[in-house]
Amino acid sequence: MDLSVFGYQFMQNAILISFLAGITCATIGVFVVLMHMPFIGVCMAHAAFAGALLGLWLGFEPLIGAFIFCLLAAAIIGPLADRGELNPDTSVGIIFSLMLGLAFLFMGLMSGSKSGALELLWGSILTSTRSDIIFLSVVVIIVVGLVLIFYKEIQATLFHREMALSVGLPATIILYGILFLTGTTITASLRSIGGLLIFSLILNPAAAAYQLTYSMKRMFLLSAGFGVLSGWIGLLFSYLFNVPSGATIVITSSVIFMLAIVFSPKRKVKKWQGKLLSEKG
Amino acid sequence: MVNTAISVKDAVVSYREDVALRGVSLEVASGEFVGIIGPNGAGKTTILTIINGLGKLHSGQVRVLGKNVTSRNINFIRRRVGYVPQVEHIDPRMPISVREVVMIGRYGLLGLFRRPGKNDWKIVDEMLELVGMDHLARRPIGHLSGGEQQRVAIARCLAQEPELFLLDEPTAALDWKAQTEILELVRQIHDARKLTTLFITHDLGALPVTCDRVILMKDGLIWSEGFPVKLLSDANLSQLYDMPVSVVKKRRGENILV
Repeated sequence: MDLSVFGYQFMQNAILISFLAGITCATIGVFVVLMHMPFIGVCMAHAAFAGALLGLWLGFEPLIGAFIFCLLAAAIIGPLADRGELNPDTSVGIIFSLMLGLAFLFMGLMSGSKSGALELLWGSILTSTRSDIIFLSVVVIIVVGLVLIFYKEIQATLFHREMALSVGLPATIILYGILFLTGTTITASLRSIGGLLIFSLILNPAAAAYQLTYSMKRMFLLSAGFGVLSGWIGLLFSYLFNVPSGATIVITSSVIFMLAIVFSPKRKVKKWQGKLLSEKG
Repeated sequence: MVNTAISVKDAVVSYREDVALRGVSLEVASGEFVGIIGPNGAGKTTILTIINGLGKLHSGQVRVLGKNVTSRNINFIRRRVGYVPQVEHIDPRMPISVREVVMIGRYGLLGLFRRPGKNDWKIVDEMLELVGMDHLARRPIGHLSGGEQQRVAIARCLAQEPELFLLDEPTAALDWKAQTEILELVRQIHDARKLTTLFITHDLGALPVTCDRVILMKDGLIWSEGFPVKLLSDANLSQLYDMPVSVVKKRRGENILV
């Protein structure tokens, strides 16, 4: 196997980007999985995509458009989530479809080549630039730093927001902080990972980690590990079989999730209980 | 020393079109043990939530431990008020242990940037022992039964070292033996720590034993209040629950037999 390609700058950038995006997306993933609101990720990712297309259409920096749209989505999702009215079937579905509609509208209004727009949809990890890496590094430091500093507040809020509030913790601020970090993370990884794929990099590693541990600290670590691993293995397969890296990264993260389901001790508990019941019966 | 622990004046609370409280006034002296009973939808839970600021007042005033319940004072109040909500379903896969859940009770006291120390864990373990849940301390919280989770919620409240104790149907998920045990435990803790306690229950039999005073609620209003033995007459209950006196008598008779 010829691995000399890993000596090239573009490949090293891709490895670094998948490391950084893997950590930060997976951390966001733990938030949305534990709050039982995985659709926040879908909504925000599509909002970012729509915002970036607006930027492309009107000729300003797409990432600024993405960030503004993420904040708008957070402003709609936040109060709904806060009142416990956020169910994936309706409110989130509507925001999600609105964002998708806007994205296609902006794409249709754009004149000339649509390749820039499609790149934001699929991501282009192999053409990541130095500024992408710097932006993403800053976001990783902020996200990981805040989790370390406010771990106990975040832990309590993720477990039960009303309980966290009732002991005097600023759980509402933490909730909005989480939405803000989700938007920032998605904006920072949009160009490399792409609006469509980012959601699976948020959800899959965290969902896999959720299957494997009863400790929230370990869940954060496992999730980040799976995120990075998805990126790296995905890149390797993409190179070996000469297929799009976005696709291999998503497929790898899904395979990791399926393996986690198969080896989940949480499922074994169920089986074991089932056995006891059948023995009794 | 504040003599009035809770003072509610003309509290009105509405959720969308429904009015949950229609001008309720209530005073609870410090050290009192007050029970609230009433049919579903009477506004019992809402009363507890306006005391710790989780519920939003439409109009009226609430003072707790000498402070107005406003966004400025709210964290001061919440740190001193232990709240045991009704049992809810907890995802069995939730990655948090019983011990960690009880520790959440201390998080408000600890404040930002401070981590739980040895002393905090010692208090947590003592509280788990007190409610008889120390053997399950390291289990995931979602694996416990409703009654066990209720005890853990009480331990969490106690770990908070509150001055005021609010309990929303603390015995609802328990079997009858555990019901008595928990109520006795709550009363013991109330006496030992000189707390002020306000609790909601459907357990009529428990009220005379534990409460200094009973409040009957119906349709978002305080319908009557007073000493438990006098107030909980068959005639009163029949009006409170819209049931003929004979049915109330029969049901209470059955309750005693259970």
